[in-house]
Amino acid sequence: MEHLLIPPAEISVLGIPGIFLSLLIPVVGICAFLYIIARRLIPLAKGTSDPRFDRFPTRIKKVLLYWLAQYKQPRYRLAGVLHILIFAGFIILSIRSISLVIMGVNPEFVFPGLDGTSGVVYSVLKDYAATVVLLACIAAGIRRGVFKPERYKVPAKYGTEHTWEAIFVLGLIGGLMVFESLFEATAVAAQAQQGAAVEMVAPLSLAWFFSIVLGAAPIAALQSMHSAAYFLHDLIFFFFLCFLPFGKHFHVISSIFNVVFLKLDRGRVKPVRWDVSDEELDNLESFGVRHLEDFTWKHMLDFYTCVDCGRCSDNCPAATVGRPLSPRFISIKARDHCFDRFPVFGEIKEREPLVGNVFEEDEIWSCTTCGACEEECPVMNEYIDKMVDLRRAMVEEGKVPQSLQKPLGALEKRGNPYGKMEKKRQEWTQELPEGVQVQVAGSKENPETLFFVDSASSFDERLQEIARASATILHYCGEDFGILGKAERDSGHEVRRFGEEMLFQTLRDTNTQAIQNSGAKRLLTSDPHAFNALNKDYADIPPAQHISQFILDKIRSGAIKLKPLQEDVSLVTYHDPCYMGRHNLLYDTPRQILDSIPGLTRVEMERSRDRSFCCGGGGLMLFYEPPEEEQRMGQKRAQMIAETGADLVVSCCPFCLTNLEDGIKTSGKEGQIQIMDLTELVVRHLDWENK
Amino acid sequence: MNILVCVKRVPDPAENEIEINKDGSDIDREDLVYSVNEWDNYAVEEAIQIRDQHGGSVTVVSVGDEDSEEILRREMAMGADQGILVSDDAFQGSDGLGLATILKSVAESGNYDLILAGAQSDEGAAQTGGMLAALLDYPYASLVNEIQVQGGDKLQVGREIEGGNQEVNEIELPCVLSIQSGINEPRYVGIRGIRKVSGVEIPEKGASDLGLSEDQVGEQAARVKRVDYFHPEMGEGAEILEGSTEEVAEKLVELLKSKGGLK
Repeated sequence: MEHLLIPPAEISVLGIPGIFLSLLIPVVGICAFLYIIARRLIPLAKGTSDPRFDRFPTRIKKVLLYWLAQYKQPRYRLAGVLHILIFAGFIILSIRSISLVIMGVNPEFVFPGLDGTSGVVYSVLKDYAATVVLLACIAAGIRRGVFKPERYKVPAKYGTEHTWEAIFVLGLIGGLMVFESLFEATAVAAQAQQGAAVEMVAPLSLAWFFSIVLGAAPIAALQSMHSAAYFLHDLIFFFFLCFLPFGKHFHVISSIFNVVFLKLDRGRVKPVRWDVSDEELDNLESFGVRHLEDFTWKHMLDFYTCVDCGRCSDNCPAATVGRPLSPRFISIKARDHCFDRFPVFGEIKEREPLVGNVFEEDEIWSCTTCGACEEECPVMNEYIDKMVDLRRAMVEEGKVPQSLQKPLGALEKRGNPYGKMEKKRQEWTQELPEGVQVQVAGSKENPETLFFVDSASSFDERLQEIARASATILHYCGEDFGILGKAERDSGHEVRRFGEEMLFQTLRDTNTQAIQNSGAKRLLTSDPHAFNALNKDYADIPPAQHISQFILDKIRSGAIKLKPLQEDVSLVTYHDPCYMGRHNLLYDTPRQILDSIPGLTRVEMERSRDRSFCCGGGGLMLFYEPPEEEQRMGQKRAQMIAETGADLVVSCCPFCLTNLEDGIKTSGKEGQIQIMDLTELVVRHLDWENK
Repeated sequence: MNILVCVKRVPDPAENEIEINKDGSDIDREDLVYSVNEWDNYAVEEAIQIRDQHGGSVTVVSVGDEDSEEILRREMAMGADQGILVSDDAFQGSDGLGLATILKSVAESGNYDLILAGAQSDEGAAQTGGMLAALLDYPYASLVNEIQVQGGDKLQVGREIEGGNQEVNEIELPCVLSIQSGINEPRYVGIRGIRKVSGVEIPEKGASDLGLSEDQVGEQAARVKRVDYFHPEMGEGAEILEGSTEEVAEKLVELLKSKGGLK
């Protein structure tokens, strides 16, 4: 192609050769960028170990899905689509931007593979990409600056609004698009004026508009604009690159790494230290995260990658009911603290404890570990493991809320949070329906199936109904099953997630021994927390099934026959327990059971499946008294249940049952909505006659 | 300030079902789990906070059998600097005065500026602190719910008075205080904390170490003796409120108001 305008490499700006500038800008830009990144890597290097260099085929798939295909973005429709447009444009234009930088030195440069037809196709593509990105930036800017969606608000206690940064960056991106297009359009206009072969400009693209508008401009003016557009593009490009690591736009660089190294094991809690075995824990000087450096390097990368989009907090049940927790600000405050302690310029500052300076105690205790934040995060940031690590340090320092100390003490002494005597653990079996028998493993014979009851369904009078319903179903199916009785201890699921690791290990070891002694081939439980613990926190025991998996199998095999829906119910909704759904992906199993009851009509809540709203939390969370709370999570959920018009809500977790039942009662919906555990509903519909 | 805190190992009603034994002499001690007396735990927390702010040391002492070592360790895991286990067959059956006599010897064997005891323990007599003060000829304040260290050798202590009133006293050191629950928020002691102090030596002292003779302590010396122990028969007066939740709540509020439980 003939150059009718002098390329940037050959002009002279105030006596300085253009080629010098187009070398200087990238060299300075890249050096500054490398320096900034090196400084930003210091805290990561000081972080604790975190083995994420495994299962690469899976990791690559996740990158394709969550990074390249932006899978989570459309969960928020408008913002998601705008982001996808800008992201896709960025990917397409990255080739053009690199080419432009090189063309500053070598005007004849063509990106490898982009000569001939492919070059023309690419040229059209990138013209449209630039146009779309500019329009998306304008739309995003209006959205942020004028409509100001609720979730971007920064409450006063967390600092000032971040709107300026968002708009500024949108402006930079818009500038890149404008100058890239202008650079091309001026050349095209000059070619057209002089009757030379005209480069292909995509119709209706930004460059196309510019080339038409500038069609009659004098060559000298076109030349000035051409050169200016080039250098402004160059300057913005490298400024932007160096600006990214100073704020929330760091994600432009870090998100791909964040997704590559994402957590692959749902529902699992990280060990105290990845590089220290359970046996060596006693030698550790301290537990958990007290200072920034106690976080793993990946958790610090999470802080860098947080996009400040507020989706986590928008879905966080604790934030929704006004508890002093907003996951978004866990990341933002930690990142600000990290930037403050490890500045790009200047000395690294002395470490200081996070709790008390950056976080508040109740902020960390407020989390129910429901996982809604992690499910929503478009860049796959983690929160639960961080909460657990912060709690581990607080437990060690004795900073445990008074409301949790009694149940923890009882768990230590009696193996259950209620302080009930061990021998009372099987008292629920005294009131079983006629014919149903529950044997205690090890007493006479060793049953194949061990029903792990866990504390809530063993001791809480209302929740014992779940244990009895489960036993009835097992009896109906002719299953050879037993329980551990007084040998059972609390599964310790929440004990671990509340940071009392050593107590958890004691409970786990006692249970593991008892389960092994029972000789059981498989474990069943009706408590999703126990289900999660047995499968993810325990080792060397048979696999555990949730009772709903067992029920569905039996329905499918014909072993369970269900009668048509009883008359007092017209519309049913299902509440997803966090440790069934998000942490174990069992969304459909319970729904399929409900759908197997003839005549049952099911309706979904707006927040269902992976967006389910936590009932208030299980285990120790039942005892925790938050200092601030506008309403209980169970009450909020009761409201959502009522909105569906359902007159029966079914769940399959003892804690959901107790929290939602409370929520329904305390919000005056007692006569309006019934609540039942899935096992209770199934027992009511077991067809004993046509077995 | 060197502080001595008296602690006792007791069965916590929150973790046990307390029943009377067959011969009606005591509670049934089979299948009980034990903890540190709740009031004593507050006293230890208070002592640790005073030490952390003003320096000195915290010593915890328990009179009991070797099982009491476990609660001494727990309090040391909490932050007490040392523990003393006072144990001797001769101490069996001591009454409150006997116990105070033992503790007096312990107090005199060290150099303590302040002695704290829980307001009461499992037996509810609430007498040991006061008797100990009298035996030592120290000033005494009971049911203390606030302690402020004044310059020199004085404390300012708040006391909870029946009816919710508060009294503030100045008290000279050395002194004995009995601590009311709620004075602070005791820190949590995890299993790891206890393991960390599991190797620390806890000296054990017997009657001869403390210079005590048989006529001062134990069953022989006891001048208060338990003659019966039982759960009173359920009396009349229990009332079951009936009606809807709202009605029951309304009646309950009325009842509480009329009996002075609500103002």
